[in-house]
Amino acid sequence: MTVAELTGTARLFRAGSPTFAAHHAVYGSLPSVTAPDAPDALIDELRRSGLEGRGGAGFPVWRKLASVLANSSVLADSSGLANSSVLANSSALANSAGRGSSQRQPVVIGNGADGEPLSHKDETLLRQAPHLVLDGLLLCQAVVRASDVSLYVGAASAAAVRLAIAERPDALHVRVLIAPEDFVSGEATAVANAFEHGVSVPRDHIVHLSQSGVKKRPTLVQNVETLAQLALIARFGAEWFRSVGTASEPGTRLVTVSGDVGTPQLLEVAGGTSLRRIVDACAPLDEMPRAVLVGGYHGGWVPGDRLDSALSREALAPFGAAPGAGVIFVLGSGRCGLESAGAIADYLASQSARQCGPCINGLPAMASVLGSLAARSRDPRLPGELARLADLVTGRGSCSHPDGTARFVLSSLRAFETDVRAHLTGRCEVHGA
Amino acid sequence: MTNSPQPEPAALLHIDWTRCDGRGLCTELLPELLARDEWGYPLARTGSAAGSAAERSDIAIPPALRGAAADAVALCPRQALKLTSR
Ligand code: SF4
Ligand code: SF4
Repeated sequence: MTVAELTGTARLFRAGSPTFAAHHAVYGSLPSVTAPDAPDALIDELRRSGLEGRGGAGFPVWRKLASVLANSSVLADSSGLANSSVLANSSALANSAGRGSSQRQPVVIGNGADGEPLSHKDETLLRQAPHLVLDGLLLCQAVVRASDVSLYVGAASAAAVRLAIAERPDALHVRVLIAPEDFVSGEATAVANAFEHGVSVPRDHIVHLSQSGVKKRPTLVQNVETLAQLALIARFGAEWFRSVGTASEPGTRLVTVSGDVGTPQLLEVAGGTSLRRIVDACAPLDEMPRAVLVGGYHGGWVPGDRLDSALSREALAPFGAAPGAGVIFVLGSGRCGLESAGAIADYLASQSARQCGPCINGLPAMASVLGSLAARSRDPRLPGELARLADLVTGRGSCSHPDGTARFVLSSLRAFETDVRAHLTGRCEVHGA
Repeated sequence: MTNSPQPEPAALLHIDWTRCDGRGLCTELLPELLARDEWGYPLARTGSAAGSAAERSDIAIPPALRGAAADAVALCPRQALKLTSR
């Protein structure tokens, strides 16, 4: 198959079957990165492609790779020094005995744990195109010279992943770890924790994982869609990648559309596509939905009359949303926004990993105030109290769960402002008086 | 006495929220820097969510409070505090 056929938005699922034979027939062989300058060349290609992480945070992919590579060589260069002069006392020396060069080699983890209940893209990709993900994983391993390579996946995709690994000799060393279905289990430090201690909860960190992650080794955690996109860029180049999408949102991305639509589905869309086009492709139940939740439960609502907005960082920023993990949840005009938001806030509060005080206490407090608003309690102080709590929890947890929940709650207050006013007088646009 | 030629790097007080139990000893030792929230957990007096959320887990320590901050780190019963720098 030639590259020319890969010009539409159908890129990731073109093999049409999860087998290695189908994958190889469509995409060809995995490019080699064994030449001395190949890792730098691939990092440069990724930089020019503009590929950003597809797990939610949207961090530039090339930077993470460059940072892990730099940290691994720094450690390799300085290990002699560390063993001799800096660590002079005996306990430090005892420690350093266990830190031979292999102990400092980078760890690469493909993250396929769709923590978002409304996202199915990672699972679907792993089940239908596992070899693109494995290609991306092996390329990252080669670039940062990692000794340990793993995939962290939901139970539903584990069998497909194991089958795919068994099909190819170059991937037999890839370990598979099953992620629990908790909201925060896919957070990067939770993933590192899962590998090191077997518990998928986030942990405190003062330095980035790329410097010190699993067992203090430089650790690269990359979402599985990101890995699949990386595998395509390694083959077909940055220019090809950018031939679809916009200058600031190049390439394609996977979105999971759900809610009040006739055909909830996974779509591969060009970056910067309007929400309207995406929603229309899924047979929405009404002409103008009340709102669309974009990004995920840590995302924000875009009101139904603003669906001309593009699926891009700039266009979504005013709504407190971002493309994130590609969740698009359509709220039909017949539903009360505050009721739906309250249910989501309840869920988010229940998903606190119960480690950090402000998160354990603040999230249920926010959910309860939002619940009172949804139940049309006539207390005019409720919106102010919700905003105060959202400010209070932000920045005060070991992961971004409080921040994301606060963002969602504030977005709900903004998007459903008229409902808030009606509810405070005991009325509701949907449920009447 | 000599003046140091360069300003020292900003000292930060890092809070490990997974360890902190909110009994508030640190807020008694560092009242200038830390208030208590309604559940007892330390709340930076500087830095707001609107400003930089990161400043609420890594709180800048003014030079005059470095000694008190070191005491808080040493005395925190849960070893939830660390001195770091930027
Ligand atoms: S902030 Fe919340 S979810 Fe994150 S680690 Fe702390 S308790 Fe867990
Ligand atoms: S002294 Fe330690 S455990 Fe107690 S509130 Fe302060 S940081 Fe938390």
